[in-house]
Amino acid sequence: MTEILRIEGLQKRFGGLVATDNVTLDVHTGEIHALIGPNGAGKSTLINQLCGELRQDAGVIHLAGRDISHMPAHERVDLGLGRTFQVTSLLEDFTVRENVGLAVQARDGGNFRVFDRVTARRSVWEETDHLLAGSLLNDRRDSRAADLSHGEKKQLELILALATQPRLLLLDEPMAGLGHVETQQMIETLSGLRGELSMLLVEHDMEAVFALADRISVLVYGQIIMTGTADEVRSDPRVREAYLGTEDA
Amino acid sequence: MRKLILPVLLIAIFALMPLIAELVGKNALMTLSARILMYAMAAASLNLILGYGGMVSFGHAAYFGVGAYVVGILYSHWMSEVPIFGLFPGSNQLLVTLPIAMIVSGLAALLIGALSLRTGGVQFIMITLAFAQMIFFLFVSLTAYGGEDGIIIRRANAVPGLNMRDKTTVYYVILVVAVLYFAWLWRVVNSSFGQVLKGIRQNERRMEAMGIATFRYKLYAFVLAGMGAGLAGALMANFLRFTSPDMMHWTKSGELIIMVILGGLGTFFGPILGAAAFLILEFYLADWTEHWQLGLGIILLLVVLFTKGGILGAVDRLKGGRQ
Amino acid sequence: MILILEQLLNGLQYGVMLFLLAAGLTLIFGIMGVINLAHGSLYMIGAFAGTWVATTTGSFWLGIPAGLIAAALVGFLVEATVIRKLYARDHLDQVLATFALILIFNQMIILIFGRQPIFTPLPEVFYGSIEIIPGLFYPPYRLLIIAVGLLVAVGLYFLINRTRVGMLVRAGSTNRDMVRALGVDVRLLYTVVFGLGALLAGLAGYMTGPILAVQVGMGEDILLATFVVVVIGGVGSIKGAFVAGIGLGVVDTMLRAFLPTILRGFMAPSDADAIGASVSSMGIFLLMAIVLLIRPKGLFAAGG
Repeated sequence: MTEILRIEGLQKRFGGLVATDNVTLDVHTGEIHALIGPNGAGKSTLINQLCGELRQDAGVIHLAGRDISHMPAHERVDLGLGRTFQVTSLLEDFTVRENVGLAVQARDGGNFRVFDRVTARRSVWEETDHLLAGSLLNDRRDSRAADLSHGEKKQLELILALATQPRLLLLDEPMAGLGHVETQQMIETLSGLRGELSMLLVEHDMEAVFALADRISVLVYGQIIMTGTADEVRSDPRVREAYLGTEDA
Repeated sequence: MRKLILPVLLIAIFALMPLIAELVGKNALMTLSARILMYAMAAASLNLILGYGGMVSFGHAAYFGVGAYVVGILYSHWMSEVPIFGLFPGSNQLLVTLPIAMIVSGLAALLIGALSLRTGGVQFIMITLAFAQMIFFLFVSLTAYGGEDGIIIRRANAVPGLNMRDKTTVYYVILVVAVLYFAWLWRVVNSSFGQVLKGIRQNERRMEAMGIATFRYKLYAFVLAGMGAGLAGALMANFLRFTSPDMMHWTKSGELIIMVILGGLGTFFGPILGAAAFLILEFYLADWTEHWQLGLGIILLLVVLFTKGGILGAVDRLKGGRQ
Repeated sequence: MILILEQLLNGLQYGVMLFLLAAGLTLIFGIMGVINLAHGSLYMIGAFAGTWVATTTGSFWLGIPAGLIAAALVGFLVEATVIRKLYARDHLDQVLATFALILIFNQMIILIFGRQPIFTPLPEVFYGSIEIIPGLFYPPYRLLIIAVGLLVAVGLYFLINRTRVGMLVRAGSTNRDMVRALGVDVRLLYTVVFGLGALLAGLAGYMTGPILAVQVGMGEDILLATFVVVVIGGVGSIKGAFVAGIGLGVVDTMLRAFLPTILRGFMAPSDADAIGASVSSMGIFLLMAIVLLIRPKGLFAAGG
């Protein structure tokens, strides 16, 4: 068992537009697999199909050997599929600690209890504080999520995803909109997680991709045109033409 | 400890109200106070889904009315000694009718919620309104239970050991039930479930990504809210000794929303203050002019356009607290 | 058979009325994103203003511009003072603010005209009935309403599909941000749309006058039915408003006309009438619930 994620023949159309065209892809257990491609290549559509927000027209998705193609989003989370959002999606009125606490509680269960006191769930809050202690947000724990900087929100996105204890983490452009320093911090945070879980990383920042990825797949017009190591991708003429070429020119 | 000041103060005021009413010789004050208690319960139950859960239900008066009708129908069958559907006997015992009212209105909310929660946004507002109107017309058509005229309940339900013919006794029974209800509600909003519900209001997509099947939680909240409104309606039927389809007219649903907003959406004590503000306003404005709704409309418009957070929000701002 | 045809015409007449109201409402919601509960008030204002002018001057025809102008003026006023503040608000604030407007308008009408219903005088040409097909006598005024409603539908069709304003309206109901991005004066567009909606509501109100009593509360009765039309038709879709308006008008009228008779077949007449009437009232809401369960966005949802 070396594949945490296997996608076969995934297909999605919006009217006449083919957003995902027969995509076949696998992510090895423990690897960081990057998915790159020009704007409009269908990366976000693919992520949304993997996590269950969008239903594919055809094809199958296996998570750790189980067919999850027709599962609702929340069940995929239970099976160990975590995600971050490209546009940060937080509980804006809650503090950082409440955000993380709820994510931990959601995984821990007992969410239908109406007679307990949420502040008294010791194991939940211990785990929350543990997660925060190892993060860049430790001294921001009592700030409202709405008051965080963009970079901090991106970090919180990541912590929320980790709180669900995913085996595979879908990262939808975690560096988007970050400054140089913040990008370095995010790269460090993600490298620190290497080996603990597998990641499928959608990212435009090539520096980050080359620094992190074990393998890279290139998505153009809804199709995977190649999968390989950083060097293979860099030297592939098709990729240069479709993607890098336009940037170099 | 400071947290306890407001509830203790509120209980004290409501407990002393019959005495005050007698002292100033204005019996209407006790009636007003009782109405505030019951509407506060109904508004608070709505606040659970509207304020804490972010579901704009425009048909909440339906459950209020269903609760009242359960009391009325049980009473009329108890009087006539004809079992309902030939199966269940009627009842005039408060300790029987209140739980049944909660169960029946909870079931109504379960059915309506399960269908309505598949939609969202404006469609949700409209479909909850539509179902409420259907229930309204259903009761209008029930000629066996008075149709448009409703049911007159000659005597308030009995409670062993209490003289329920005495209006003051009924008042204190309502007060006790209300206090119990709010204590229970306090537990709910501070529970694990309450936390999930608050999360759903802020960002449903995020909650799904945390592995929460949001539909079930919203439905659960919807049912709890329906039961709360049913309880309030059952008390109202006992207090007015009357029930009619008017109790579930769509404008009543609108009034419940107004109470929640006036007090402060998603705040615990907001619905109590909102119900009090609304009914006191009605009481005095209606005394002064038959066009009191004009004043109500203007005040409501100003509150919506120019304030944030209702009465509690204004208090917070005055204290220089959070904005 | 004649009876059914007659009721079909009645249904059509009610249906075009619903369409006149729903067309404005659906555009206001589709383009501006505002739920306007006070749309029924504009209908009421058109009816009262038109009827007042008609009775004072003795001319039914003068009532038409009066009703239209009054509704449009109040519409502009409401848009400029209240609705404009609600664009960026959530649905809850919109529901409440426009609910407040209903209370205000109802009381103002009571202050001016009292609670008693007033009646719109009908010109003599409309008295009696004419024989449309052998055996079917029908009041000409109702035929006029149907004609006016269909004319407005055709006019709106051309306005929406053939003019620049219409192009913006179509763009706006599918993608609000796109219109902004086009550099259009959105504020003006909103005012025009709201004014148009108010105009149609006023027209519907005044034309209903001779058939139903002009009284406080007339707006709310038809408002709920109009909302059902908008939601079933799909928010923002004029076509949906037309199809759903006519459809609901016919269904509602048919139920009211024939259900009590059918029920009399197996219950006491008084019960049959009461139950028939209320089940008919439930009919449109039941229909809406069914449609929404199958198509949560309505039949012709704009923008998918």
